[in-house]
This record gives sequence, C-alpha cells and structure tokens, in this order.
Amino acid sequence: MNSRLKILAKGIIDVSPLMIPVVPFGIIYGVIGMDLGIGPYMTLGLSIIIFGGASQIVLLQLFSGGASSLIILSSVGAVNARHVLYGAVLSEHLSDLKLSWKIILSYVMTDQAFAVSNDYLKKNNKDNNQHYHLLGSGFTCWTIWQISTILGIALGSIVPEELGLSFTISLTFLALLISDFRKFKNIIVMLVSGLVATIGYNTIPFKAYIIVSALLALSMAALLTLIDLEKK
Amino acid sequence: MHWSLIIYAGIITFATRFSMIFLLKKDILNDKAKKILSFVPAAIFPAIIFPPIFLDDVGSVDLESNPKILAAIFAIIIGYFTKNIIATIFAGLISYWFLIFVYYQ
Repeated sequence: MNSRLKILAKGIIDVSPLMIPVVPFGIIYGVIGMDLGIGPYMTLGLSIIIFGGASQIVLLQLFSGGASSLIILSSVGAVNARHVLYGAVLSEHLSDLKLSWKIILSYVMTDQAFAVSNDYLKKNNKDNNQHYHLLGSGFTCWTIWQISTILGIALGSIVPEELGLSFTISLTFLALLISDFRKFKNIIVMLVSGLVATIGYNTIPFKAYIIVSALLALSMAALLTLIDLEKK
Repeated sequence: MHWSLIIYAGIITFATRFSMIFLLKKDILNDKAKKILSFVPAAIFPAIIFPPIFLDDVGSVDLESNPKILAAIFAIIIGYFTKNIIATIFAGLISYWFLIFVYYQ
C-alpha cells in the first residue's frame, strides 16, 4: 500500500510543473464557452466528458462558425488522434491490468500525463504498481483542468492577455523534449514534425495537422531506425 | 448545441485513448516497432510547438520581430545544459517577458 501511495505521489509531483500553462489555458477555455453562450453546465460538461483542451476549443470554434456535426466530430477525432499513438506506446506497460483500470487510465491520459508517466514506466518496468504513476499524473491534470474551467466560467478572463501565457504551452512541450536534443536522429524527427505542422496548419483540413505531421515524422523515424539496423 | 454532440465527441476522444491500450497484448510489438514508437514524443510535440511560435494571428510565417523564436531558442539552450524541465519553462517565459516588455518597448 505504502509503495502504491509513493508511486501515486511521484506521478502527482512529476506532472505538477507542467500544470503551469494548463491553468490559464483552462480559464481561456471557460471564457470562450461562456462568450459563445453555451452556458456554464455545457462548458463544464465538455471538460468532463471530452477532457481534451485543444479539441474542446476546436469544437466550440467550429460550432460557433456553424459547421455541421459531421465536420465537428471529424475534427475532434483528428485533433485527438495522437492519443492512439500514446496508447500504443503505453500498452506494453498496461496490458496485464484489469479492464476497469484500463478504462480509468485511458480516460485521464493527456499529453502531459503521457510524457511524464511514459518516462517513469520505461525506467521502472518491473514494478507491479507502476500504473499508479499514470493515475497520479492523469488525475492531477484532470483536477487542474476542471478547476480552471470553473474559474474561467465564474470569473471571466482574470489573466491579462498581454502576459502571453499561451506561449507557455509551447514551452512545456519543448521542455518535455530536452532529453531528445542530444540525439541526432530525434532532432531530424522533431524537425520533420514541426515543419510539416507549420506548413500544414492552414492547409490540412479538419485540424488534422498534428496527426499528419506525427505520422510523417514517425515514418522518418522508421526509416532512420531501419538504416541503423542495416549498418549493424 | 445538443448534449448528444458533446457525448459523441467524448466517445470518440475516449476511443482514441482506449483503443490501443485495450487491443495491444503484451509482447505483440517486436523490438523494431518499440524502437520506432519510442520516437512518438519527438514526432508529436513539435507539431504542437511549432505553429504557435512561427505563425502570426493570420497564420502566415513570421520570422522577423518574433520574440517567441528567440525565447524558444534560449529555452532550448538552458534545457540542453540543465536537463531540467522547470528551468527550461521559466527560462523561456522570463526571456519572452524581457523581450516583449523591455526590449521591444
């Protein structure tokens, strides 16, 4: 029991610094929901039922622009398609768990929770309670997201836009890649992903630029891996 | 907006998270596949990082008078040497604030 609590606490601590930009982001989301007039219950309902910040904002933008349900749902799927890859990476560590565990951990698996818990799970492969780390990191994200959504609904835009806090979203993801900066192959993969996304941001439909960039970058990673194996 | 739309969007999102965790059995992936999947963070995060840094409000590439690029480079340098997540985030944020509030004023 003690070791479970320790691992749970480790998950909470590891993900905490990444929550800095989530607070202003959640507040902005809450404000957008109220501005569009969908009301407090639906604004919070989206945060609880979907629980995916970027896709919630895309949904609201498309809805307010009068897009059809089919387009809205396709876009939500495209924005969240990256989670399929996260699941594939984590499945190795979670495959022995009960179905109820898999359902709970899937529900709370966000970018930030994936990033920190994937690092932990790789290093602590043998521990039977290692999944408590993902529970801790995931529910920390969940709690912060719900609280900041409510703050946005209740208080409106309390964070001055001039501070440019949206930039911290880019910075947190950048900070998650620091161990990749030293590896040449990883730098190539990162450049492919970033350049395709920048070019495709306005041209790829359904906001699918993230998953399209990711798949092209992974193809590059596959190519580099195979070339490496040939040499050996 | 109907609640049904929100619920469908929730089901789709949950399916993206749950599908592989549910379907993939242990040791179904060989070493080559695992090696390639280890690139997933490097393949996804830059696609989230790059557009807000390089594109302006109307979506065209802005390379001049763009404090985000300089701040990001500074954050990368600090991250490279310290290997510390918090130091990297704050290095980027503080240098960004310096650029927009002091340098560009």
